[in-house]
Amino acid sequence: MAELSSTLLYIAFILYLIGTFFFGGSIRDKRGKDEKTNRWARLGIAAAILGFLSQLGYFVTRWIAAGHAPVSNLFEFTTFFGMMLVGAFIIIYFIYKLSALGLFTLPVALLLIAYASMFPTEISPLIPALQSDWLKIHVTTAAAGQAILAISFVAGVLYLTKVVDQSKATKKTFWLEFVMFVLVTTLAFVIVTTVFRAMDYESVFKWIDKNGQEAEMEFHLPALVAPHEGELLTKDRLAGFVELPAILSARKVNTVLWSTFVGLILYGVIRLILRKRISAALQPLVKNLNLDVVDEIGYRSVAIGFPVFTLGALIFAMIWAQIAWTRFWGWDPKEVWALITWLFYAAYLHLRLSRGWHGEKSAWLAVIGFAIIMFNLIFVNLVIAGLHSYA
Amino acid sequence: MNHVKCECGHVNPFGTVLCENCGRALAAEGEGNSEKLHDMRYDGSARRSQTYNKTIVDKVWNFFSSVKVGVWLIVITLIASAIGTIFPQELYIPSNVTPEQFYKDEYGILGQLYYQLGFHRLYGSWWYMTLIASIGISLVICSLDRVIPLYRALKNQGVSRHESFLKRQRLFSESYVDNIEKNVEQVKKNLTARRYRIREENGNILAEKNRFSRWGPYVNHIGLIIFLIGAMLRFFPGMYVDEVLWLREGETKEIPGTNGEYYLKHHQFILETYQKEKEKDVFQEAIDRVGDGSVAKNFQSNVTLYKKQGDSLPGEEPKLKEVKDFSIRVNEPLKFDSYAVYQVNYKLNELNKMTFDLIDKKSGKSFGKVVIDLLNPEKKYDLGNGYAVEIASYLPDFYFDDEGNPATRSRVPNNPAFVFKMIAPDRPKGETSFVAIQQTIEPNENNKYKMKFSGIETKNLTGLVVRKDLTLWVLGVGGAIFMIGLIQGLYWQHRRIWLKADNGKIMLAGHTNKNWFGLKNELDIILRDTEIQKPVDQKQLKE
Repeated sequence: MAELSSTLLYIAFILYLIGTFFFGGSIRDKRGKDEKTNRWARLGIAAAILGFLSQLGYFVTRWIAAGHAPVSNLFEFTTFFGMMLVGAFIIIYFIYKLSALGLFTLPVALLLIAYASMFPTEISPLIPALQSDWLKIHVTTAAAGQAILAISFVAGVLYLTKVVDQSKATKKTFWLEFVMFVLVTTLAFVIVTTVFRAMDYESVFKWIDKNGQEAEMEFHLPALVAPHEGELLTKDRLAGFVELPAILSARKVNTVLWSTFVGLILYGVIRLILRKRISAALQPLVKNLNLDVVDEIGYRSVAIGFPVFTLGALIFAMIWAQIAWTRFWGWDPKEVWALITWLFYAAYLHLRLSRGWHGEKSAWLAVIGFAIIMFNLIFVNLVIAGLHSYA
Repeated sequence: MNHVKCECGHVNPFGTVLCENCGRALAAEGEGNSEKLHDMRYDGSARRSQTYNKTIVDKVWNFFSSVKVGVWLIVITLIASAIGTIFPQELYIPSNVTPEQFYKDEYGILGQLYYQLGFHRLYGSWWYMTLIASIGISLVICSLDRVIPLYRALKNQGVSRHESFLKRQRLFSESYVDNIEKNVEQVKKNLTARRYRIREENGNILAEKNRFSRWGPYVNHIGLIIFLIGAMLRFFPGMYVDEVLWLREGETKEIPGTNGEYYLKHHQFILETYQKEKEKDVFQEAIDRVGDGSVAKNFQSNVTLYKKQGDSLPGEEPKLKEVKDFSIRVNEPLKFDSYAVYQVNYKLNELNKMTFDLIDKKSGKSFGKVVIDLLNPEKKYDLGNGYAVEIASYLPDFYFDDEGNPATRSRVPNNPAFVFKMIAPDRPKGETSFVAIQQTIEPNENNKYKMKFSGIETKNLTGLVVRKDLTLWVLGVGGAIFMIGLIQGLYWQHRRIWLKADNGKIMLAGHTNKNWFGLKNELDIILRDTEIQKPVDQKQLKE
């Protein structure tokens, strides 16, 4: 069952990839301007739906194999988030029939799933705090809410790709390009991790932690930085060029450095090939876009996602926290960041409804909102220690 | 000064922008500028904050009624909240170091600064509370400032609207048709099919649906205010109990916070971990990675709850009546009355009893055993035949203090030490000996007798938290109302369509508070089988 589950996830991944190319083709296709007659778009959405069903199969089979909802660690949560993103896209697609949305959403889902797979993927038993029906209720609703909100990010990027003037370098072109760079860096992280994993790279350091205790640290990427008073124990491995202070985790810093370096190289190569900014190269793909519709998609996904997020990430979360942790609210970093996300989208709605922040301003806000969601998912889990550090 | 009369004869409250009845622009700003679209927010009604600005009350009101101020308050709270997560809050740091020391040692100069600025207890600080309170005030005033005039405007809205009003709607069309009556009838039929409520007046039509969605924001703000009030109620005495209860196995104690009404007996504490051979095949890999037996599976305290019967004098043994047996586990608290007892902590193998033999140092002969209950040692243990042991001094958690004197850190027997007085027939005054774990000190070094360590007994402890929170239902009601308001406001849209027919011309205008795409699609259906032009999006033309 567990093997079948992995295979289904793999198939879903491939289908999303194929779907991306079909949606790309549908925009290039000059013949059918009317979406209904565009065969490429129909193939694209078919691939997305099949991929979604396949991933649903992964989810169900993994649930059966584990005996609990597979949303209990970073890998499971992030893949589920990716699945909900595709699900939200499929629904929005049938309302607005926008191929460009597929072209931009599916790669984000692909990146999420690939990113998730870099973390331990085996099925693990539940610690006592997670043994509750609220696990499936709270986590799935929160993920669904975040995924629907993430659609507004995709719509925002579409909007900005079209409206930001690429003829001269401005703050806007910089920040939009920065979004592209972050996406490329995520890809770089996946590539680097996969390559060294395939090579079975491993090096072990003896080091002194911040409490003055001797400890061992395992690297799966060649060490560019060494831990505090680190001594390499494995033969013929990179010993690191710089030694870090004890309060920083050398392994995490090393991973960030590798991803950034490879990300920069990858980005440089892409720029050399394109001979212009990535966002400038994407601009022709969105030139027929109706901005009003894109703006509306962004707004509606926030309008639909906000209540779902509130329910899942705050209300259900509080109910479970009262049962498991004795109090409904305890200012744990994950809780605080859920509150921050909620406050941010509340501000988005107020700015939009009462202060007329439509169009471009709204699109930038959607990008920031997604950055907050990702920060809560990645940074709060991996860097800030708290009750939610399950990864 | 109290009213404004429109050309149509309707008397509007002072400050009204668009006439409630016919929609003509009353303020000078819209007049004469036919390009401009009407600002339809709050339907052009008279809002207090836009009308008065004289007294201090006006100024305070106007400050808090501004959405701009509200958004700033949200953004500041958001940033402050984020700062609070940079380093852990005081609540989450280890309790064996002072916060000042902890932040400095752990995070260096930044940590020290963090501590000095008071960010280590940010969420309880007066300024954070002030921010939340300001958001609460802003919620009330913003809502009142808008909901009353909006309600008035929508209730009093006229069916026949002035041409200038229709022309300045975002969706507008003008069509010349041969048979007005036939077209209007068809539109009405289509509107009814789409569940619009239709009002008619002199050939003018106002079709409207989902007006209730306009109240969504105000409903959800009421929910939020109830929630905030609920959060404040906690500070009233009797509403909230948060106590810690440590119980050894076999121990019965009064449950703190219940005013002596309830007692809890702890029978056994169970800690289970995931063992490789016992778990399913799919878990093997995960258990291997983190280590066999290193992941907790269950924390459980088997307890019995008792209720006190009748009154008892202080010091008197209370009469207890058994209420129920229960296994408290994480996620499964013991509940009774309005209390809940949670499993949160444990301590395994705490020293509980120590056994010593009184022996003759030379011959090794034992004169009897002394079993010392470390939590409640006796003063004197009589061994018979003239032998006895007195405990002259007991240090449960022994250490040498700064001056080198033996002292105790706490009353918990983590490192027990004793000063024994050993009495024997040949030593009637007794010999003194200081005994700690793995060490014996004799003041005069020529004792005949010795307390020889012979064994220990340990017990497990469970750490429980006792809670009572009578504010929960208020928070629940607030949360539920908030969700209802949110869904009401965001999942439905208030749509209105105006139709004005005269001189062979049909004017049609449409307005919605959100989802224009949806309204445009619906208009396609509404205008089906008619000769009326599909309305043009005047905002989009502009772009």
